Amino acid sequence: MAEVDLKDIIAEENVVYKKTKVLTDKPMHYCPGCGHSTLHRIIAEVIEEMGIQDKTIGIAPVGCAVFMYDYIDVDSQEAAHGRAPALATAIKRLLPDRYVFTYQGDGDLAAIGTAETIHACNRGENITMFFVNNGIYGMTGGQMAPTTLEGMRTSTTPYGRDYHLMGHPIKITDLVAQLPGTYYVTRQAVHTANYVRKTKKAVRKAFEYQARGKGVSFVEVVSNCNSGWKMPPVQAVKWLDENMLPYYPLGDIKVPQD
Amino acid sequence: MDEEYVLMKGNEALAEAAIRAGVDGYFGYPITPQSEVMEYLTAARPWERTGMVVFQAESEVAAINMLYGGAGAGKKVMTSSSSPGISLMQEGLSYIAGAELPVVVANIVRGGPGLGTIQPSQSDYFQATKGGGHGDYHLLVLAPSSVQEMADFIEDAFELAFKYRNPVMILSDGAIGQMMEKVKFKPQKARRSDDELPAWATTGKTPDRERNIITSLDLDPYRQERFNIHLQEKYRKMEAEEVRYETFRTEDAEYLLVAYGTSSRICQKSVQLAREEGIKVGLLRPITLYPFPKDQVAELSTQVKGMLSVEMSAGQMVEDVRLAANGRIPVEHFGRMGGVIPAPEEIVEALKQKIIGG
Repeated sequence: MAEVDLKDIIAEENVVYKKTKVLTDKPMHYCPGCGHSTLHRIIAEVIEEMGIQDKTIGIAPVGCAVFMYDYIDVDSQEAAHGRAPALATAIKRLLPDRYVFTYQGDGDLAAIGTAETIHACNRGENITMFFVNNGIYGMTGGQMAPTTLEGMRTSTTPYGRDYHLMGHPIKITDLVAQLPGTYYVTRQAVHTANYVRKTKKAVRKAFEYQARGKGVSFVEVVSNCNSGWKMPPVQAVKWLDENMLPYYPLGDIKVPQD
Repeated sequence: MDEEYVLMKGNEALAEAAIRAGVDGYFGYPITPQSEVMEYLTAARPWERTGMVVFQAESEVAAINMLYGGAGAGKKVMTSSSSPGISLMQEGLSYIAGAELPVVVANIVRGGPGLGTIQPSQSDYFQATKGGGHGDYHLLVLAPSSVQEMADFIEDAFELAFKYRNPVMILSDGAIGQMMEKVKFKPQKARRSDDELPAWATTGKTPDRERNIITSLDLDPYRQERFNIHLQEKYRKMEAEEVRYETFRTEDAEYLLVAYGTSSRICQKSVQLAREEGIKVGLLRPITLYPFPKDQVAELSTQVKGMLSVEMSAGQMVEDVRLAANGRIPVEHFGRMGGVIPAPEEIVEALKQKIIGG
């Protein structure tokens, strides 16, 4: 058998995957197995593939993705907790030919920022909103989120979420789909390779639709939070499949009619 | 309307001046006694004249965060509100100060606390001049005392906001916002084109530069401290270079009234009344409340026998007057609260009782 030179293996024609240039080289701070890093990569890849890096402005949330601007190489603004849709509204109206997206977690988008979410969606702002739902407050150490499932234990619901006391987990994605200002609403996941491919298609559509100027493109990504859920990644993925997805079923909720 | 005097409410003058100053965006939420600002703007349709965006937000919280976004994109953006609405904006103002963004906020103050009243007041001085939200920061605060100044201060405010990359507040009150006076406007200025936006703005990362990031976050305590030192240096520079004030009959004054905005107009009459009785009174009117004209107060404290800070509040600016006078002479406060406007005679009486008789 002829000897194979390493240089032949790493030759350009053999490259099947490489990191997009729209991701920086900074190592991500996310926990192993967290969905944020995957969604960051997908967003960055789509921005590169569409050739819109010079026209894109991202809004980072308060929460685990607060440092999104360290990783995705686009002009970025860091919003106060829950206010990303307000920032995006102004940026898009003042720079209407740019692509503007928000990236928010469940506490940011569905608790403290509910008013900004609902009204941006109802007005039909021509922006793209990414919503990562892992049912828990990851950054602050695992407290109850508005999307925490019933019975789920968190550091502020140590005996499980009781809806008599804390209300029901909010399905805000289904809610915004009812509003006339949303154009495309979908719920996806990133914990298997198949779901990653589907999410990438959804992210691409969400950016492409923004150029049509017909309202909000809204992509929820149901994700696991291994640290907050206090589970190893494999168990967390199983728990997500068995508990999160029945309550937050995946698929398109609203698709463009024109 | 070019070069012509017109009769207008203060709130309307503020709005017209904003259009003429080439403001890119106004984002607001209705509240009495300042709702005429957005009403004027929506009726005037400046988007047809200059391309200016006028937008009614879902709340003051949203409005101030729209300013954050718009200013982060390098645009000239402003809002106006009144006391309860300004309280809701404090979180956003802290972030704006922390992210060093240039915005202009007009506060047409009404009496508080709480829902209070819709009548004019000056009880938001502390909130305006001492920061208002969390963290060590200052707004640069301009206090108009006429409808003409409601118009003139818009352009000044934007100039200062961009010079320092700092939020500027126009601290007015319900009397100046609602009263009608003659006002003369400057000619229309063109809005800046997208090519003229500042280099730090988030307009889209082009290949020739690094990405721009607008944030107030830095978890490293030593870097965060260095950033705070930078902010403090900026405030010291404002204190050295941006103090504005007016004096009225202070040359031979033995007593001094210190008042801003509506109170300063009433005090001019009080000075006349007192002088008719042979009491030599002058008036110092701070125009910038932050930076406060402390050197001028200090200087006058070596000339006069006492000072009376006249405010439509329980006494807020009086603390700055006392600090500047530094114990050299008696400094007292006279004010009415809850939306009551003091009469010139009351002020003369208070001067006699609290300063001259004391």
